[in-house]
Amino acid sequence: MGKILEINGPLVKLELRESVLGEQVRVGAIGLVGEVIGREGDSALAQLYEDTAGLRPGEAAQGLGWPLSVELGPGLLGAIFDGVQRPLHAVWARSGDRIARGVAVPALPRDRAWHFVPSPAWRETCALQGGDVLGTVQETASIQHRILTPPLLRGELIELAPEGDYTVEDVIGRARLADGRIDKLHLFHRWPVRTPRPFRRRDHAVQPLLTGQRILDTFYPLLKGGKAAIPGPFGAGKTMLQQQIARWCNAEIVIYVGCGERGNELTDVLEFMPELMDPHTGRPLMERTLLVANTSNMPVVAREASVYVGITLAEYFRDQGYDVVMVADSTSRWAEALREVAGRLGQMPVEEGYPAYLGSRLAAFYERAGRVETLAGGHGSVTLIGAVSPPGGDFSEPVTSHTKEIIQTFWALSKELADARHYPSVDWLESFSGYVPSAARWWAEHIDPGWEAARAEALDLLAASEELQRIVNLVGVEALSSEQRWTLEAAGLIKEGLLQQSAIDEVDSFASPQKQYALLAALLDIHRHGLKLVKLGAPARRLIQLPLLAQARRWKSQFASDQMDELRARIAGIPAVFEALAEEYETGGGGRAGAEGVPS
Amino acid sequence: MKNIEFRTAASAQGGLVVMAGVPGVSAGSRVSLRDHMGRLRNGLVIRSADDAVLVEVFEGTDELDLERTWVRFLDEPFRLPVSRDIMGRVFNGAGQPRDGRPPIISADRRDVNGEPLNPAARAYPREFIQTGISAIDGMNALTRGQKLPVFSGGGLPHNRVAAQIVRQAKLLGEDAAEFVVVFAAFGASHADARFFQESFEDSGVLNKVVMFLNLADEPVIERLLTPRAALTAAEYLAFDLDYHVLVVMTDMTAYAEALREVAVLRGDVPARKGYPGYLYSDLAEIYERAGRIKHRRGSITMIPVLSMPSDDITHPIPDLTGYITEGQIVLSRELANQGVYPPVAVLPSLSRLMKDGVGKNFTREDHPHVASQLFASYAKALEVRGLAAIIGAEELSEGDRRYLRFAEQFERRFIGQGEDEDRSVFETLNLAWDLLSMLPPEALIRVSEDELAKYHKWQGAE
Ligand SMILES: Nc1ncnc2c1ncn2[C@@H]1O[C@H](COP(=O)(O)OP(=O)(O)O)[C@@H](O)[C@H]1O
Ligand SMILES: [Mg+2]
Repeated sequence: MGKILEINGPLVKLELRESVLGEQVRVGAIGLVGEVIGREGDSALAQLYEDTAGLRPGEAAQGLGWPLSVELGPGLLGAIFDGVQRPLHAVWARSGDRIARGVAVPALPRDRAWHFVPSPAWRETCALQGGDVLGTVQETASIQHRILTPPLLRGELIELAPEGDYTVEDVIGRARLADGRIDKLHLFHRWPVRTPRPFRRRDHAVQPLLTGQRILDTFYPLLKGGKAAIPGPFGAGKTMLQQQIARWCNAEIVIYVGCGERGNELTDVLEFMPELMDPHTGRPLMERTLLVANTSNMPVVAREASVYVGITLAEYFRDQGYDVVMVADSTSRWAEALREVAGRLGQMPVEEGYPAYLGSRLAAFYERAGRVETLAGGHGSVTLIGAVSPPGGDFSEPVTSHTKEIIQTFWALSKELADARHYPSVDWLESFSGYVPSAARWWAEHIDPGWEAARAEALDLLAASEELQRIVNLVGVEALSSEQRWTLEAAGLIKEGLLQQSAIDEVDSFASPQKQYALLAALLDIHRHGLKLVKLGAPARRLIQLPLLAQARRWKSQFASDQMDELRARIAGIPAVFEALAEEYETGGGGRAGAEGVPS
Repeated sequence: MKNIEFRTAASAQGGLVVMAGVPGVSAGSRVSLRDHMGRLRNGLVIRSADDAVLVEVFEGTDELDLERTWVRFLDEPFRLPVSRDIMGRVFNGAGQPRDGRPPIISADRRDVNGEPLNPAARAYPREFIQTGISAIDGMNALTRGQKLPVFSGGGLPHNRVAAQIVRQAKLLGEDAAEFVVVFAAFGASHADARFFQESFEDSGVLNKVVMFLNLADEPVIERLLTPRAALTAAEYLAFDLDYHVLVVMTDMTAYAEALREVAVLRGDVPARKGYPGYLYSDLAEIYERAGRIKHRRGSITMIPVLSMPSDDITHPIPDLTGYITEGQIVLSRELANQGVYPPVAVLPSLSRLMKDGVGKNFTREDHPHVASQLFASYAKALEVRGLAAIIGAEELSEGDRRYLRFAEQFERRFIGQGEDEDRSVFETLNLAWDLLSMLPPEALIRVSEDELAKYHKWQGAE
């Protein structure tokens, strides 16, 4: 037993012998929990996960003997946890609308029984390894929870419970460890959040993470097991984009970490997820989702922990062989929490108050993403998508610039686009993806061999139009040739008819890869047909008047992903529109152009 | 401990006093300090160890004589006594009456810091509030329980806009406002405070208003308490007494500056522009107290006003605010100079909760589409205007000239309106269609074809 020496904001100095860095401590009469972040002689410096008001020097302090750990077992899905894995629904029932301090509620429900089905392969005296699958629990209708042995276990199985209903604390098996001790096995185990969970080896990521968002899937793809960042000023659409991904992506498990952001955004997720159906399984999305929340008004120290809690939960499902997506909104708040702690410890700030280890911490965190061969020999992945909130929208600030070095896919959000309510406001020139070649293989095999070329053609068009727009802004559109005007128009068509995709448009909120490609190909087709005519002498002015252009801009919202036949029928009508015109120019040799008033 | 006076002040500087040799003082405890003139000052323990206790003094440390300073540790946080009697009253930043009437006596005394709302207990705001202002209702709609600040600058009519919202805010279908108002001013001028007081008086709501005033010439450090006291009152009214509370706070910039001042004294590491790294969390503690709670009738809708230093929206105060609040209404100096009232810059303005509170079932089916179309068309019109400034309007195509006219009419007729003009959301939407009718239907792809057929009256090419 030790005692409090000093309280300074969330930091407390304790007289506590033999504590180790990272160790959990319980402090004061109300039993606040925290962790040791510094040692000096007989005293320890701890940061507490809750507000320290009311603590006094002299009150008791106690080391708990373990680092911050999470409980891993059935009961995670559909739940919302705080930054140190307290279940917020249970806390609500216990302490009311506001989170009272010192409430200790176990993460997994203790009274609920789960139907456990042991894996048939197990026999007594089988060698048992960490990460082995002992059996399964059908946790939700869509997700089977595979019960894993603790990752570090080595021994032999001496007993496994028969099929039946068990709570997480019931003993479902026994193992004899290498040193002869007997270990009890449960439906759950604990794991320290700051230590990556082990796996056999890293695998190459090969499958695209499909999100149903065209600007992401078609233009700047992400792979399952990849790392992505979404930087953008406030209001640009980071949260909405992450929610869209959480809703529609083809992962099996989604971990949504609200780190230092708005309470209502989590409420929003909690309210819509149970209502929405997973387009891939037809089951309520909440069945595959779990939330970790440290909102901006919750204590900062737990904010620093929340992303580690999230990523450990993600790794746990990965180890069961699932494809997991974790979205973290926002990694900047986590970095700021880090900065605050560093400041209190008196560590030397290097840039904008951030400690020198900011970059390495960020890198180590993102390193926990990836596709792996699990200890049990299966395959699973963690895809990590972090929002970044640069102060003043300045991408050169430390968190954005460090993150940019680490990730492979960069979805840069633009204030100009957001101001014009062009969503998602992903900037098509600033963004990048290092996964295009891998994604291309998948698209070629499953959707269309022309994907990579079409994507490049569209991006070229967009880049060309940016150049032309610069000219227009200096001297006006009349200075452009007909061909250039048509390029500008076609780029506009791609922006409005393809890139822009409103999350609140029921028809277009999600677009299947088939729909994405059909639209892309169709709009490029319109461009090519028009270009041919322009070369024959048709004035761009005339083409721009074509009703087809306004119609094509509406297709995305008229035809849902399950109405591909109707969409294709429309698209099939494109050539006819141009053929009608082509006749005029082919036969008349552009004779009518003058009558239409081409600028001389 | 509460009744013992300690006379062990070891040093005093810039609002901070170090007390030596007072063991066992609780962190965050309130302090009462008596100086040699017998005047009482308030303080807060910000650091506590047995050998030294650091106290922040709200009225400042000017003229303190260490040998003749007596300090009592009250062993509790700052609390605000609450009861129904707070309605119609005026308090200072620390919650003491400043209207010459007796203090509130109540056994219900609440920690002004509040406690974080459990996100699982929140109810998502979805009820549209009609403010009668087209730029807000039409394009950046407010919902009950939202926090929507006004970003302004020196000399802009933010007070008048805030007062107009308070006067006109009501739920759709209601005749009169159902709101009570909590008004907090910190670092505000006497003139500003008087303006609001008179505005409440004129609209006859004074008995439904609770005011917390900390004016520009009053202790800076008390400013840190003012919004917290006001929100404690608001929470009581909303979640104990079931009122719908509209909280107006001005000026958040003065608050943040006070925080910086204190942070510098404490020696905290600065992040941007000298503001401490925890400015974000500190502001969030305030803003996040807005909202609704499941199974409770009342709500807190918050309209903080803040002036952007040098009209710079990337300055840390508006920037961090925008990262926390559910949107922002930005006022524009350019529009104000052209005589447009309210001078709302609609493009940088945003209501994040609008998408869940307008449209079918809430206002009118076409509302979200019309709003999106106005944003797109006006953004395009401003682009054309920029071009016209370079190459001259004569050089523009007829199509582009149409956009120029649209921008002008939109600013004059849609954004601009009278200070007493209370437009229904339907008037606002109809007006929007009048303006969109200046543009050809094929340019309006954010509205549906059905809506075009129903509302668009294309005036055709001239
Ligand atoms: N993909 C989208 N579709 C439709 N609206 C969007 C989209 N993204 C953003 N928005 C609008 O912009 C607002 C701000 O988006 P949000 O994601 O909260 O921004 P950020 O997290 O970057 O501050 C939302 O409330 C919504 O109105
Ligand atoms: Mg956000």
